[in-house]
Amino acid sequence: MVQERSLPSLSIPQTTITREQGLMLYEDMVLGRIFEDKCAEMYYRGRMFGFVHLYTGQEAVSTGVIKAMRPDDYVCSTYRDHVHALSAGVPAREVMAELFGKATGCSKGRGGSMHLFSAKHHLLGGFAFVAEGIPVATGAAFQTMYRRQVMGDAKADQVTACFFGDGASNNGQFFECLNMAALWKLPILFVVENNKWAIGMAHERASSETEIYKKAKVFGMVGEEVDGMDVLAVRTVAEAAIARARAGEGPTLIEALTYRFRGHSLADPDELRSKEEKEFWLKRDPIKKLGAYLVEQELATNEDLRAIEQKVQAIVDDAVAFAEESPEPKPEELYDYIFAEE
Amino acid sequence: MFNALRAAIDEEMERDPTVFVLGEDVGHYGGSYKVTKDLYKKYGELRLLDTPIAENSFTGMAIGAAMTGLRPIVEGMNMGFLLLAFNQIANNAGMLRYTSGGNFKIPIVIRGPGGVGRQLGAEHSQRLEAYFQAVPGLKIVACSTPYNAKGLLKSAIRDPNPVLFFEHVLLYNLKEDLPEEEYLLPLNKAEIVRSGEDVTILTYSRMRHHVLQAVKTLEKEGYDPEVIDLISLKPLDFETIGASIRKTHRVLIVEECMKTGGIGAELSASIMERYFDELDAPVIRLSSQDIPTPYNGTLENLTIVQPPQIVAAVQKLVQGQV
Ligand SMILES: Cc1ncc(C[n+]2csc(CCOP(=O)(O)OP(=O)(O)O)c2C)c(N)n1
Ligand SMILES: [Mg+2]
Repeated sequence: MVQERSLPSLSIPQTTITREQGLMLYEDMVLGRIFEDKCAEMYYRGRMFGFVHLYTGQEAVSTGVIKAMRPDDYVCSTYRDHVHALSAGVPAREVMAELFGKATGCSKGRGGSMHLFSAKHHLLGGFAFVAEGIPVATGAAFQTMYRRQVMGDAKADQVTACFFGDGASNNGQFFECLNMAALWKLPILFVVENNKWAIGMAHERASSETEIYKKAKVFGMVGEEVDGMDVLAVRTVAEAAIARARAGEGPTLIEALTYRFRGHSLADPDELRSKEEKEFWLKRDPIKKLGAYLVEQELATNEDLRAIEQKVQAIVDDAVAFAEESPEPKPEELYDYIFAEE
Repeated sequence: MFNALRAAIDEEMERDPTVFVLGEDVGHYGGSYKVTKDLYKKYGELRLLDTPIAENSFTGMAIGAAMTGLRPIVEGMNMGFLLLAFNQIANNAGMLRYTSGGNFKIPIVIRGPGGVGRQLGAEHSQRLEAYFQAVPGLKIVACSTPYNAKGLLKSAIRDPNPVLFFEHVLLYNLKEDLPEEEYLLPLNKAEIVRSGEDVTILTYSRMRHHVLQAVKTLEKEGYDPEVIDLISLKPLDFETIGASIRKTHRVLIVEECMKTGGIGAELSASIMERYFDELDAPVIRLSSQDIPTPYNGTLENLTIVQPPQIVAAVQKLVQGQV
């Protein structure tokens, strides 16, 4: 048995969720799962190119945090961004079309897998360089605080969720932004998805203090450790952090312990992670866990869950058909979007 | 000139509550060259935001604020420090609008003192415009007089795109009476400083003043050069440049940046592509040396272009000796 860090069990009692909420969370996670499975298939069939990083296994983090937020809150992601985009409400069609490089993609085919954006859904990106999204998300949070305090806009209470990995948490931008966010009490959640690996670099080989949430303390910030395979635990921690942020009480660092079920990207042979480690985490599949909970609590039946899976499968199939049929960007529009006119 | 820049910022902050300044010592201290002196007293600490010394992160933060509707002005205490922010400037300020397929606008001004000062040593005497010019999506502007500094900075603040705005450490104390009434200057127009017939001298920033010194000598000798201050280093104003070349058929470039991969390199290649048939002589470049700026005063003077070199180059060009 590999020595795994013990997953925290939530000391706060889990908030009881309604049937609707339970099914909504389940659907969002299943969407993340089936969408990514389809991406792998399309990649191997030569429909999408480049570096494609799948989120499989980590769904509870995206769903747990983003589905606790409002649609006008901001989300900032990394290159592993498909599922954050979906949770934030970007239609599967637009994400798939972007991966196909089509003009109908959320970034008009200019971005690709690692550069998903949607101003409409307050998705700030899609950042392909490790940790570079952290300052941008901090800026969005600063903007909200500025509108409220400088411009007297009482409605400016949006919260920003900034997702990144364990590897990114060793980068200077992480520390610099924690400092500034705490200093100015910015309404932001720094969500570290600790999946134990940064490509082939094991977290304990990269970080002198492996428990990332503890790094909040030196900035006078709340740091929370949460089981990232348990969507309800993530949601509970996120709700508290969001409430604090909205109330002007400042940022939170959330470390979600999670695991990616696939290689780093679709180009990764995934040779370094042990079989034992993979098995340990595969047993904790967050979707199975929520499904079992919903059935056990009699919030849903197995038929309800199968119906959701079928519905999502249809959404993903439709997204692929849409992407296939969509036009390529026009060559004469090569220079569009360099500069804004007004 | 620092007062002109300060007035530009003050007027734009007064006019638009989304405009704010951030950077090291821009608030209480008033900026290392006094460009934001006492503005925090008028606008408060959030609009003159003193940041920790974390260039890449506060520049990225400004980009995030710009994407979500504010108009930040980032002050690089010295533009050289923004090498630490190169990633945010290149990847996010420059390219994000494009990679997002037009989802986001990034109305940000990144400004501060650049160029070779007096014996500041290599790291504080950078010629960064050459490094940044290849980044797609950035506008690069260099001001050179109090008058153009004010009008250009106001336009840069209102522009919906990222503008890198170079001031020059040795020009902050220039004095000039400015118009009472408000004025804006276009970011994409070169300034014809002196019109003439013999040769087109293309220059910018502090070198404009070296050129003008040289021109005094040249005038006495009967030469009639046309002097163009590029103002916009990216994109280049080929309308103005082209019209001048069609008139003079000779080009001298005088720049402070390094010769290799510099603004002049780009200019010279573009002129060759566009106006080869118009040229009566090869384009001549006077650039600073491809070395780290030395501390020693004599060596430093040898590193950047001096007026006598400009005089000599014009004489040779016009006499057909090249
Ligand atoms: C600045 C930068 N350096 C290196 C890379 C190459 N790279 C891509 S992902 C990655 C590992 C990041 O790991 P982590 O932050 O834990 O996120 P995860 O991939 O596990 O989600 C590296 C080194 C990059 N994209 N950007
Ligand atoms: Mg990781």
